[in-house]
Amino acid sequence: MNDQPPPRRKFHPVYLLLLLPFAADLWPPFYNRIDPQLLGIPFFYWWQTMWIVLAALCILPAYWHEMRQGK
Amino acid sequence: MTSHPITLVVFFALFAGVALLGLFGARWRAADLSQLAEWGLGGRRFGTVITWFLMGGDLYTAYTFIAVPALMFGAGATGFFAIPYATIMYPMLFLIFPRLWSVSRAHGYVTAADFVRGRFDNRPLALAVALTGIVATMPYIALQLMGMQVVIAALGLNYAVTVPLLGGVSLPLIAAFIVLAAYTYTSGLRGTALVAVVKDLLIYATVLAAIIIIPSELGGYAKVFASVDPKLLVLGKGTADNLGPGFAYVSLIIGSTLALFMYPHAVTGLLSASSRHVVKRNAMILPAYSVALAAVALLGYMAISAGVKAMPAYAPGFASFGNNFAVPALFLHMFPAWFVGVAFAAIAIGALVPASMMAIACGNLFSRNIYKDFINPACTPAQESRAAKMTSLTVKLGALLFVLEMQTTYAIQLQLLGGIWICQTVPAVLLALYVRLNPWGLLAGWAAGMASGTYMAWTLGFKGSTYVLHIFGGAIPCYAALSALVLNLLVAGIITLIAQAMSVTSTDQTVAEDYI
Repeated sequence: MNDQPPPRRKFHPVYLLLLLPFAADLWPPFYNRIDPQLLGIPFFYWWQTMWIVLAALCILPAYWHEMRQGK
Repeated sequence: MTSHPITLVVFFALFAGVALLGLFGARWRAADLSQLAEWGLGGRRFGTVITWFLMGGDLYTAYTFIAVPALMFGAGATGFFAIPYATIMYPMLFLIFPRLWSVSRAHGYVTAADFVRGRFDNRPLALAVALTGIVATMPYIALQLMGMQVVIAALGLNYAVTVPLLGGVSLPLIAAFIVLAAYTYTSGLRGTALVAVVKDLLIYATVLAAIIIIPSELGGYAKVFASVDPKLLVLGKGTADNLGPGFAYVSLIIGSTLALFMYPHAVTGLLSASSRHVVKRNAMILPAYSVALAAVALLGYMAISAGVKAMPAYAPGFASFGNNFAVPALFLHMFPAWFVGVAFAAIAIGALVPASMMAIACGNLFSRNIYKDFINPACTPAQESRAAKMTSLTVKLGALLFVLEMQTTYAIQLQLLGGIWICQTVPAVLLALYVRLNPWGLLAGWAAGMASGTYMAWTLGFKGSTYVLHIFGGAIPCYAALSALVLNLLVAGIITLIAQAMSVTSTDQTVAEDYI
């Protein structure tokens, strides 16, 4: 293609945090187990549920970063 | 099966209130509804909170409320894929969608196919994206009506009339349909946004009550999990020559996430946001729904633990709707009569919001990318808006006939196909936000993905979506949408390389600055 690639946002380490939810949720051999249980809930279920909240927290630094940049 | 009078009173009061609210939506932030961006995108003026309710109403539908626990009820751990799927979609939403929002604002795009048309200046490709969107969404609307049908049956409202040619027709379903059609037609996305707020409050009340009351009645979460077959409680293990259910699980997560963003109603919800910051903020606050979804998914196990399937009172419901009856049966068994009314109203209203969003999105696609591009290029904005409204009515009527005339299993199978199909628009839309492949290559890739995806679903008898690929003597069970997408990308990539080698060029109306 002769058109230029779209300009990208400058890379900043906060974006690396966005990879964590993928690492946590896309490797079943790690979380496909019963123990350790939490309040009677098998690991498989509480691990994935916990990552819903952690994923939202992982986005927060990137959001603050972009706010500071005024984008 | 007849339900308690109090249940019916609560249910009807809530449903009627919502119907009025939806019709009132036309007056809210009143504007000229004969303009498509006003009717079909709410004037692109929705702030963080309304977008949150709208997207939540959009992504977490009545069907989700019924089908995810039904899958857990029947298949165990595999059904939990909906939770990681509802997790990883948000970092992607944060990174990718502000770009689509910005370029759409810069050029006045209302649909994903508008963007494709501008980015590639290729009418067949834009048409392919628009048609895929409409065809994939229609069975989804039918499933929302089916969710409503399950609730109506659970309420014991078996009032049917016999209509020539159609046979027995459920009156309550027709009434619900009229409510849906009337407020979508008159108020567009504004009415839907108002109803979405009420729906979510009801859903949250129901979910909170369910996760507090039901496990304590059943003797705690440990007892609930103990009642599930241990073989179903975690995914099966793979072997040396078979990647096993773990891989299928991951492919379901990735494929569903990609498909979700390509559904026209998700695009409509995002483009109605008033700024790209609204989209970003929603990437952080929408996960609140996913937490509720995790609780909803576990209702499937609670239904196992409560033993509702063996109870004679619910046998007719299970006979008609299969495992989709698990949650209604659980609510009838566990909740006091008045709260059953609240919970069922939550599900029924939960069907209205996505169904009208989907119909509006189909209307936008048809009027913009088929009516204006191919039928009446000289149309006025009012004609364009009217075409969208008529389409939204037509697709809903189609969905209603579908639910009335076909067995519900067909709707579920078509929905499954729809997910596979919509995923094939990823290279032309999502990827196109970053890289521009050759448009004819994208069209060929789309065709290859559609054909192979449909073939895989057909070989599975349309009963499942995990197709086992045999490569180099190993077995790879993979979500058909994802394996078809890989083929799609290969074809599009190879043709792009050939076109580059031959220095074939095509025009792009967007510039890099439009995206940021």
